[in-house]
Amino acid sequence: MTLRQKHRRETLRNLAFLSPWLIGVSVFFLYPLVSTVYFSFMKYDGFTPPTWNGLKNWQYVFTDYPFFWPALRNTLWLVVVMVTLRVLFGLGIGMLITKVKTGAGLFRTAFYLPYLAPPVAATMAFAFLLNPGTGPVNNILGSIGLPQPGWFNDPNWSKPALTMLALWGIGDLMVIFMASLLDVPQEQYEAASLDGAGAWQRFRFVTLPNISPIVLFAVVTGVIQTMQYYTQPLVAGKVASGVIGSSGQQFEPGYPEKSTLTLPQLVYHLGFQRFDTGGASVIALVLFVLAMVFTGFLMRSMSERSTA
Amino acid sequence: MTATAITSAVPLTSAARTARRTRFLQWVGVHALAIAAALFFVLPFVFIFLTALMSDQQALTRNLWPDSWHWENLRTVWETPGFLTWWKNTLMYAVLGTALTLVSSIPVAYALARFSFRGRNVVLMLVIATMMLPPQVVIVPMYLFWAKQLHLSGTLWPLIIPMAFTDAFSVFLLRQFLLTIPKDYVDAAKVDGCGDFTALLRIILPMAKPAIAAVALFQFFYCWNDYFGPQIYASENPAAWTLSYGLESFKGAHHTNWNLTMAATLLVMAPVIVLFFFAQKAFIEGVTLTGVKG
Repeated sequence: MTLRQKHRRETLRNLAFLSPWLIGVSVFFLYPLVSTVYFSFMKYDGFTPPTWNGLKNWQYVFTDYPFFWPALRNTLWLVVVMVTLRVLFGLGIGMLITKVKTGAGLFRTAFYLPYLAPPVAATMAFAFLLNPGTGPVNNILGSIGLPQPGWFNDPNWSKPALTMLALWGIGDLMVIFMASLLDVPQEQYEAASLDGAGAWQRFRFVTLPNISPIVLFAVVTGVIQTMQYYTQPLVAGKVASGVIGSSGQQFEPGYPEKSTLTLPQLVYHLGFQRFDTGGASVIALVLFVLAMVFTGFLMRSMSERSTA
Repeated sequence: MTATAITSAVPLTSAARTARRTRFLQWVGVHALAIAAALFFVLPFVFIFLTALMSDQQALTRNLWPDSWHWENLRTVWETPGFLTWWKNTLMYAVLGTALTLVSSIPVAYALARFSFRGRNVVLMLVIATMMLPPQVVIVPMYLFWAKQLHLSGTLWPLIIPMAFTDAFSVFLLRQFLLTIPKDYVDAAKVDGCGDFTALLRIILPMAKPAIAAVALFQFFYCWNDYFGPQIYASENPAAWTLSYGLESFKGAHHTNWNLTMAATLLVMAPVIVLFFFAQKAFIEGVTLTGVKG
C-alpha cells in the first residue's frame, strides 16, 4: 500500500465515522442558521411567500417591540444575581459535603435529587409551595411572624422566586465542586497550617487558587444557561396568571408585568403566537450572538485548564 | 492545632483533650449545617407528597398535614384521559431518542478522541458551540422545515429523528471519557489484525461502559424533561403530548385542585427518582466528566 493510498483510506475512514455528525450539523444547525439570517430581513407570516423587508424587523424589535428590552434587562438581572448565588451556594454545599463524615451518602442524595426533577414539575411544585395564599412557605413565614411576599404574583418577587427554584436544583454544581475540592493536594493544606494559616487563609490561599478554573467554568456555563432560560419562567408565569392549559394564545408573556420574560420566550411569542417570522429571527440572532460570545469564553477557560 | 502539637509545652493529655473537643464541636457544627441545608432540598418533596394525598377541600386550606390520606388521588390522576398516552409518548421519545443518540454519537466521539485529521479542532469547536446554543436560535426554520416540507408537525418525530445524527452534549461527554483510555489497547488490537471499527466495537465499547451509561441516562432525562420541543411540534395534537407538556395543561383542567396537580407532579417525577437510585454512580460520573476534566 502506498502512502497515498493509506492517506486516502484514512480520510474515508474519518468521514465514515464522522458522517452522522456531518449530516446533523449541516441539516440541523448550519442550514437553519443561514435561514434565520435570511428570514431576519424578510417579511413572512409562515403562509404567504416571504418578501424583502430590509432592516424593518431589526428596527421593530429594538425600538417598537415592548418585550425586548425588559427581557434583556431580566437576563442581566438573572446573570448577576442568579448565577452568582448559584456558584456561591454550589461551592458552599460542595465544601460542606466534603466535611460531612456521618451519613455523607444520604446528604449527597438529598442535595443532588432536585437537580433531576423535570423543570415543568419543579416549577409547578414551586408555584404551589410559594403560592401567596395557601402555600406552605408563606404559611410557615406567617406563623413565625415574617412578611409573606407575593412571590410569582409580585413583579418584585418573581425573580427571587425563580432564583430559589434555581438554587434548589444546584446538584450538578455541587458534584463538580465536590470533585474539584477533593483534588486539591492535601499537602498544601498541611503546609499552610504549619505556616500558621487559619481556616479563611487556607481557603483564600490554597482552596481558591486550586479550584479557580472550576469557578470560572461554573460562572461561564451559568451565564450560558441563563441565556437559554425558558421553561421555568414561562411555566411560573402561566401558573401564577392562571391562563395555563389553554393554547397560550391569550397569555401575555412575562407575567407579572414582564418580570419573568426572557429572550428565548420572545422567539416563541413572535414566531409562533404572532406569526412574525422576521421578528422572531432577529431575536434568535441576538440570542445566537450572546451565546457564542460566552461560549468563546468557555472554550478559553477550558483550554486554560487543560494546559495548566 | 497542628501548631500546638509542635510547640507543645503544656502536658500532652490536656492538648489532646482540647483537640478532641474542637474536633467534636466541628463535627456537630458541620452536621447541623448539613441538616439545615438538606431541609431546604428535601422539604419541597415532602410538601408535594403531603399535598398530593389531601382531599380537594383540604388542599385549599393552609393545613400542612393531611387530615386523611387520599391515596386514590394518584389513581384519579393516572386515569385522567390522556395521562396514559402522555406516558407512552414520553417513553417512546426518551427510549428511541436515547438509542439513536448512542448509535450515532459513539463513532463521532471516538473519531474526535483518537483520529488525528485536519480540521479536528474546528469540529470540536462546532460541537461545543452547538452544545451551548439555545434551541430557540434555529427553531423557526426548523419548524418550517418539519411542518411545511415533511408534514410531521403534530408528532414527536421532529424531535426523535435528529438524534440519529448525534447530540452535541453526548459527543462531548463521550469524547472526554474516551481520551482517558490509553491508546495502547487499540494499537495492540490492530497488531492482532483488528480494523478501526472492530476495535471500537470489541475493545473500546466495553471499557467505555460507565460513560455510555451516563450519556444514556442524561439523554433519557433530557427527553423526559423536554418542554420546549413538544411545545413547538406536538402542542397542536393532544395525542402526541408528552408528560412535561401535558402536566401544564393538567393544571389548567384542574384549576383549583392543588392536590391532584401535586399528585400528577409526583407521578412525573417518580421515574426520574427511581432511575437515579439504580444508577447514582453513572450520574455522578457523567457530571464530573463534563465539569472537571475539561
